[in-house]
Amino acid sequence: MSGTRIFPGPWDVVLGTFALAKGGVLLHHVAASLMRVAVGYLGAVALAIPLGVAMGWYRPIHRALNPMIQMLRPISPIAWIPLAILWFGVGNASPIFLIFLSSFFPLVVGTIAGVHSVERQYIRAGENFGITGLKLLRHVVVPAAMAQIVTGMRIGLGVAWVVVVAAEMVAINSGLGYLIIDSRNAGNRYDLVVAAMVIIGVIGFGLDVLMRRMERVDSVRWRYVR
Amino acid sequence: MSVDIESRNVWKAYQLDDGKTLSVLEDFNLSVAQHELVALVGPSGCGKSTLLDLFVGFQRPDRGSITFAGQPVVRPSSKGILITQKGSVFPWYTAWHNLTLVLNGMSRQEATERARHYLELVGLHEFADVFPHQLSGGMLQRLELARALVVKPEVLYMDEPFGSLDALTRLRMRQELQRIRREEPQTTVLVTHDVEEAIALADRVVVLSERPMRITRIVDIHIEHPRSMADARAVALKDSILRDLGAIGD
Repeated sequence: MSGTRIFPGPWDVVLGTFALAKGGVLLHHVAASLMRVAVGYLGAVALAIPLGVAMGWYRPIHRALNPMIQMLRPISPIAWIPLAILWFGVGNASPIFLIFLSSFFPLVVGTIAGVHSVERQYIRAGENFGITGLKLLRHVVVPAAMAQIVTGMRIGLGVAWVVVVAAEMVAINSGLGYLIIDSRNAGNRYDLVVAAMVIIGVIGFGLDVLMRRMERVDSVRWRYVR
Repeated sequence: MSVDIESRNVWKAYQLDDGKTLSVLEDFNLSVAQHELVALVGPSGCGKSTLLDLFVGFQRPDRGSITFAGQPVVRPSSKGILITQKGSVFPWYTAWHNLTLVLNGMSRQEATERARHYLELVGLHEFADVFPHQLSGGMLQRLELARALVVKPEVLYMDEPFGSLDALTRLRMRQELQRIRREEPQTTVLVTHDVEEAIALADRVVVLSERPMRITRIVDIHIEHPRSMADARAVALKDSILRDLGAIGD
């Protein structure tokens, strides 16, 4: 069945990839997807990490917000697509919102777990030396939780990359998700569909490699040694 | 000799989950003089760590008072620094950053001089830019000590500080502590399981009982430093303290 229209062979896919790369079509779509992920993901990082620290550190905030977070978390970002289009229209804002949502929850949950796992002896040492309030959060709590925050960031980015493709399949005309749908719609080019899938996989892998580098920063690595 | 820290008629009990009460201290009295090193030895779980928590201010007594230089201790502060076996040097910062971080409200120049002085005192001046996980166990405890001393605390509380080190490093740390004390005397309360360590370092050894913790005996140690454990007086002291602790029979 390989080589037929439903199962494009490896060589078809390679040729398809070259065809896409030529003329900068591929680059255009990759850039569009990466831009959406960057904006949505960084927005989530900027909001979720401080929120996670606050929830992890202050019990009343945790008690107030955690039920809502835990209820929203299992809702697939895909389920938000109709509302996203209603609220943000058919431009970039919709997929960015969906990416934001998808990485927001792993980030919050990872940060909370990180703060909860901070060893008591570090907090006691901070108090002993008169380090309190925001200074304690900045110099003791957050660095101690950083390894788990980074894990949350890895998971969040992975999910964001999954969701961007789905989000681009609806009501948008650029990005790797659009490329897949368009390849099918414009003449059942399954060689291009699979080529786009492979590229998605490769880029996703590359993003994870980049994230893993963060685990090797000296101020994070101590968790992984010993 | 002026009194530095004092526990007067201190009571402390914990409420357990099953509703029972665990009485740790009942009418406990102890005072430590300035620049003195007092070693507390006693069976494990007898309440030594609770006593240190009370001294530092992590916990408050149910009754009685804990005073430092005549003032009641209400919260932890850098006047009394606690060092434990677990270690609490911040692993996300370099040795240098660990020291400068705890120097609150000090001019940059002053902080730099202080940090340099204390890293040198513990022999870690060449390791300023090193992260704690790159240090050996003994070096880590020396960094712990440097970070405690850099804030010039009035009292140093040490809870089994060398407990997790191997026997050889332990011996060396004992000598290190003695050397540092000679250069900069420091009121110190040392909790230890190691009777030899207590005899080697302390001006007084306080022998404690099972919970609720009481003082069985206070032993003044008059042997001159550096002390050898082969010294007949040290051997006799060790023997009698171990007898008090029930570790050897009559």
